Amino acid sequence: QSIFVAIFFIFLNEDLREMLESTKESLKLEAMKRIVGLIARGKNASELFPAVVKNVASKNIELKKLVYVYLVRYAEEQQDLALLSISTFQRALKDPNQLIRASALRVLSSIRVPIIVPIMMLAIKEAATDLSPYVRKTAAHAIQKLYSLDADQKEQLIEVIEKLLKDKSTLVAGSVVMAFEEVCPDRIDLIHKNYRKLCNLLVDVEEWGQVVIISMLTRYARTQFISPWKEDGIFDENSEQAFYESDEEKLGTPQSKPYIMDPDHRLLLRNTKPLLQSRNTAVVMSVAQLYWHLAPKQEVGVITKSLVRLLRSHREVQYIVLQNIATMSIQQKGIFEPFMKSFYVRSTDPTHIKTLKLEILTNLANEANISTILREFQTYVKSQDKAFAAATIQAIGRCATNITDVTDTCLNGLVLLLSNRDETVVAESVVVIKKLLQTQPTQHSEIIKHMAKLFDNITVPMARASILWLIGEYCERVPKIAPDVLRKMAKTFTVEEDIVKLQTVNLAAKLYLTNSKQTKLLTQYILNLGKYDQSYDIRDRTRFIRQLIVPNEKSGALSKYARRILLASKPAPMLESTFKDRDRFQLGTLSHTINSKATGYLELSDWPTAAPDSSVRNVEVMEPVKKEISWTFGAPLKSDDKFYSDSGEEEGAGEEGTGSSSEDSSSSSSSSSSNEESDSESEDKNSKHSEETDSSQSDKSSGHSDKKKADKKKRLQLKKKAKKAAPKERYQMHRPPTHHPLTQELWNLRTFTPKMAYTHTGKKKNRKQMVALFLCVQVSSPVFVPMSSHELLHRMTGKGLAAQYHFPRQPCIYGNKMVSVQLTLTNSSDHTLEDISIGEKTSSGQNIHRFSSIERLEPGASVTVSMGIDFNDSTQAANFQLCTKEDQFSVSIQPVVGELFLPVTMTEQDFRKEQGKLQGMNETSATITMAPENTSNQALSKKMVSVANMGVVPTGEDSLYRFAAKSVSSGDLVLVSVDLTDSSSGRLTINTEKTVIGSMLLRDLKTALAQP
Amino acid sequence: MIHSLFLINSSSDIFLEKHWKSVISRSVCDYFFEVQEKAGEAENVPPVIHAGHHYLINIYREKIFFVSVIQSEVPPLFVIEFLHHVAETFQDYFGECSESAIKDNVVIVYELLEEMLDNGFPLATESNILKELIKPPNILRSVVNSITGSCNVGETLPTGQLSTIPWRRAGVKYTNNEAYFDVVEEIDAILDKTGSVVFAEIQGVIDACVNLTGMPDLTLSFMNPRLLDDVSFHPCVRFKRWESERVLSFIPPDGNFRLLSYHVSAQNLVAIPIYVKQNISFFETGSSGRLDITVGPKQTMGKTVEAVFVTINMPKVVLSANLTATQGNYTYNPVTKTLVWDIGKLSQQKLPNLKGSLTLQCGAPKPEESPSLNIDLKIQQLAISGLKVNRLDMYGEKYKPFKGVKYVSKAGKFQVRT
Repeated sequence: QSIFVAIFFIFLNEDLREMLESTKESLKLEAMKRIVGLIARGKNASELFPAVVKNVASKNIELKKLVYVYLVRYAEEQQDLALLSISTFQRALKDPNQLIRASALRVLSSIRVPIIVPIMMLAIKEAATDLSPYVRKTAAHAIQKLYSLDADQKEQLIEVIEKLLKDKSTLVAGSVVMAFEEVCPDRIDLIHKNYRKLCNLLVDVEEWGQVVIISMLTRYARTQFISPWKEDGIFDENSEQAFYESDEEKLGTPQSKPYIMDPDHRLLLRNTKPLLQSRNTAVVMSVAQLYWHLAPKQEVGVITKSLVRLLRSHREVQYIVLQNIATMSIQQKGIFEPFMKSFYVRSTDPTHIKTLKLEILTNLANEANISTILREFQTYVKSQDKAFAAATIQAIGRCATNITDVTDTCLNGLVLLLSNRDETVVAESVVVIKKLLQTQPTQHSEIIKHMAKLFDNITVPMARASILWLIGEYCERVPKIAPDVLRKMAKTFTVEEDIVKLQTVNLAAKLYLTNSKQTKLLTQYILNLGKYDQSYDIRDRTRFIRQLIVPNEKSGALSKYARRILLASKPAPMLESTFKDRDRFQLGTLSHTINSKATGYLELSDWPTAAPDSSVRNVEVMEPVKKEISWTFGAPLKSDDKFYSDSGEEEGAGEEGTGSSSEDSSSSSSSSSSNEESDSESEDKNSKHSEETDSSQSDKSSGHSDKKKADKKKRLQLKKKAKKAAPKERYQMHRPPTHHPLTQELWNLRTFTPKMAYTHTGKKKNRKQMVALFLCVQVSSPVFVPMSSHELLHRMTGKGLAAQYHFPRQPCIYGNKMVSVQLTLTNSSDHTLEDISIGEKTSSGQNIHRFSSIERLEPGASVTVSMGIDFNDSTQAANFQLCTKEDQFSVSIQPVVGELFLPVTMTEQDFRKEQGKLQGMNETSATITMAPENTSNQALSKKMVSVANMGVVPTGEDSLYRFAAKSVSSGDLVLVSVDLTDSSSGRLTINTEKTVIGSMLLRDLKTALAQP
Repeated sequence: MIHSLFLINSSSDIFLEKHWKSVISRSVCDYFFEVQEKAGEAENVPPVIHAGHHYLINIYREKIFFVSVIQSEVPPLFVIEFLHHVAETFQDYFGECSESAIKDNVVIVYELLEEMLDNGFPLATESNILKELIKPPNILRSVVNSITGSCNVGETLPTGQLSTIPWRRAGVKYTNNEAYFDVVEEIDAILDKTGSVVFAEIQGVIDACVNLTGMPDLTLSFMNPRLLDDVSFHPCVRFKRWESERVLSFIPPDGNFRLLSYHVSAQNLVAIPIYVKQNISFFETGSSGRLDITVGPKQTMGKTVEAVFVTINMPKVVLSANLTATQGNYTYNPVTKTLVWDIGKLSQQKLPNLKGSLTLQCGAPKPEESPSLNIDLKIQQLAISGLKVNRLDMYGEKYKPFKGVKYVSKAGKFQVRT
């Protein structure tokens, strides 16, 4: 029959070959579909290789994909033929379509043919610098494939990994970290510079990448930060809660803190916390293990709720999560105790889930809840699932040893179970009772008698052996029964199991020593039986016992001590959890689940005793353009520095703050030329700012040192708010952080992705040019955010509702054509205002993103909300209605022209090039006279950026200043240059396609510069 | 990470295999079969099996074992979650995740698996992205394809893949713009013999079906968001908005998706909608037993309790049941030993009752244990926790969508011990 099948397949293959060689696409496709069907069923289709590989260059994309599937499956077996297809892939790697480039790389790197290693290497290097993040992601995957094919390429591959680790795209991050873990997990030094970026990107990375990054960061953190688990257990004041607490509470805290968490350590904990709410169970578990291994003990509690939530998920998920909870609950039972009822067993649970739940319940048992747990256990003992009932009995035994109050109750309960009809239940009870009795040997001879009576009915060997041992051990307490039991055993000795035989010999020996008169003959009989037993274990034991107890001329000194050897008091066995030693493995890992080290398991190192240099994570600033803009953030940092060292913190804390903040800003603008500040600038300071910071510091307390790394914009906001009335502050703090660097990052990505797509569709020739354009228009964070807010609604006209607006100069999160506006609403009336919102109709036709309505605003309270308005690049006012439950007020926001921009960073060359394109009618210029105060370069820059939201362009010339921005709505560039002819006059030039805006800006700048 | 995948049916046939790295012989599944045999029932197979040089991580769904082969350390949940995701994708594509559906669409299955993993690491798993790469099968298209030779595979990279909203495809167009939300709550409870509550909690989900043109930005708010104690979100939900304002703000994926799952805080007392009076006893002699169950409505907040089922797993010695039901009908399966009583609607006036005798195996001792009752029920138009959606707003698009919210409460793992 097998010949039949073989012949049939030959026919089939012939058929398929013909179809593949036909000229009709549809026939070929049909053939490939059938071949893939064969592969899927695990049938061999390798004979068709030559016919299939011809179609690799097919135009039909589905056919091509199926050929790829085939090729990857059989290339290893048919290496020579596979090489024929390589040139096709090399060509496809240059295709303008990114999907085709990526799939070519995927297939090329999946072909496991050693000869093409150099080609793969080249392709990976090329793809790692591809403009499409999707292709770069594929490159990261290809790294691992190449490494598994040829480990000698490691060094070169590490270089590529290093390059890709710097990638800012969320798409790439997970894959490259995966490659890192696979190729060079020990090269922790590659992570330093990318640590903060990875932490900040984490929320936006796809779920699978999150898992990989979190587990890598857990390992990283264990090598780089010092342990937060200090013995004295003083609460870490740096926690988020403390930061939001009101001021008075914190003033009382002691100044000398024993442990200060590294701000980067805190950054990791804070950025992973929201992921506990992920729908992906693997992500939740990985955050949970991160908290378990890295967070201060008192913060670990946040993970419990989420872990308990996972118990609602699929059976397999439950299994893994319960295992991890079991390990955790041994060390910290407190955090799971409130959720005890979630671990109650249902009769429909599979056995392995039931046993795990039981394990956890036992771990959680304490004096307070033991009665509840025991009541629950009583139900379980009656379960139809006998294996589970047996496990319950063991659990009862463990509870009884751990909690001495209930030992007697448990023991009585177990004795009752001895009359159970089920064999396994009885046997398990016997074994557990034996262990329990050992802990309190003085009483309970009644129980031993009872068990001796049961002995005849019990057949499970383990239980019989246990009873024999018990009787032997306490034979002096039951002097009448013990010899009788031995007599019975002598009868049945030959048919017993090995363990029972061993215990019989044991019992005989013990009785011989204590009661030789009655048992001498019996013992000798049993020893004789044992001498000729089939099992050498028993023969061996018999021989040993005989020498030990029966005195003869040959027996040496040992027999004198026989009594002391056999009847020594024995330590009671510990009834311990099987999960006790599981914590040697990192939670959530495969090794933890199987309780043995899996291949490729990476040990979690112990905390270092002294903190390694934290400055390695600082991202250095590469271009010397700090001077002009240094005043922006230099001052507050300077005062931070002083402030923190005053409060007695570690050296370098201030430095740290600076470092991380520069990281924040440089991660939001993706090239290093955007550096707004640097460490060295703290010298230059702006008096206004430092004044503000000082005052706010007296308000704020010293407790939030880790907030140093909170990004600068937020800090500025906070400081500004500190000037306002005290009750306001609370709201400000809780305000949704629309200025979080992540949102900005997000925005950035959104803005440059379409450009990228454009690059690919463009002709190759153009590409270079496009790249240049692409590079030069990166939106950066604002250089300066003015403090002034404008009145929107006066409290008199608003019947108590007052509103002010302010431009935070951040990219708007509601839409990339919108200008973001912050409204501060204050209730200055004496009654609560309800349902404050923006009315449905706008009169002026702008697109407005409304803030969600505010349910209540108490008298005296204020709240800040953000909204987005698309001004269409005009200064026409946006009119809308501010509604409360009772009233409607028409208000309007009149934008200043300078707020319609987003700052842009570019190099000097790019600026010149762009300026060259915007000549003629796109250029407006005017001679300006300047107030003497404005002539210094700092003052001039400051003046300029306070009028308009522009970025500073570095310049090589002394008297020439350049600024760049793009309009929010249309994205057109606006280039401003100031050429100082002498100390008090100069020429102001504006190049932009938006000539109206240009001239308005010119007017504004001119007046501003003339004023002191 | 994930090396290979084998799909195995209940008769231990490997009907599909896929390898993402080098090929692993299917003999590795022998380890699995061994464990499966030992475990007896499919549910009892441990999810992680150590098999020589490999590790097998498996899930069991729709009578299919998804067995993945792992060679080195990986978080097991990562694999389990992924396998479930594969099963859900099949469900999404073929309407069911059954052996026959997979066999019928083996090419699409293969194309999907190829897209979902690259070198064992997930590549594209969002349903919206996958549907742009590989079109789901339908009869019309397969007819058209066979005539024109056009194909089911997309030619360009889905727009979502590169954007920061990978869950939504671009260029969505509908003539009827609709957004439906189903609030589904499940009561998990254990009642003891006397009918008092040992443990009860409410878990809920909001499943959405959103067919809206363009890039709508939705905001869903609740009347009583404080009820929600613990939540998990679809990645589209803006966590910061939830933290600060307790509203769900999101750009939805296109089509069906689970927006939110939640747990109602433990402080709130759970209203148990029904009560059960039961008495199951076995006699010492005569190889028989008695059964008497009465079910009645309790805290139903004025709604009718529908689709009530009582399922009992009887001890092995019970041979048959001779019962009479005053409402609905019952079946006893002597092979699986399950008694199912389909009651239907509960009415206040006449309480349904099931009464009669059980026949036991001759000579067998009376069973020690008493079986527990599993209850199923459904209440339409009611979220048992009292959760209410306040409003749904849409930004970013001009048209007026049709909006709808539906509430259903069900019994989750609802068990009465006897």
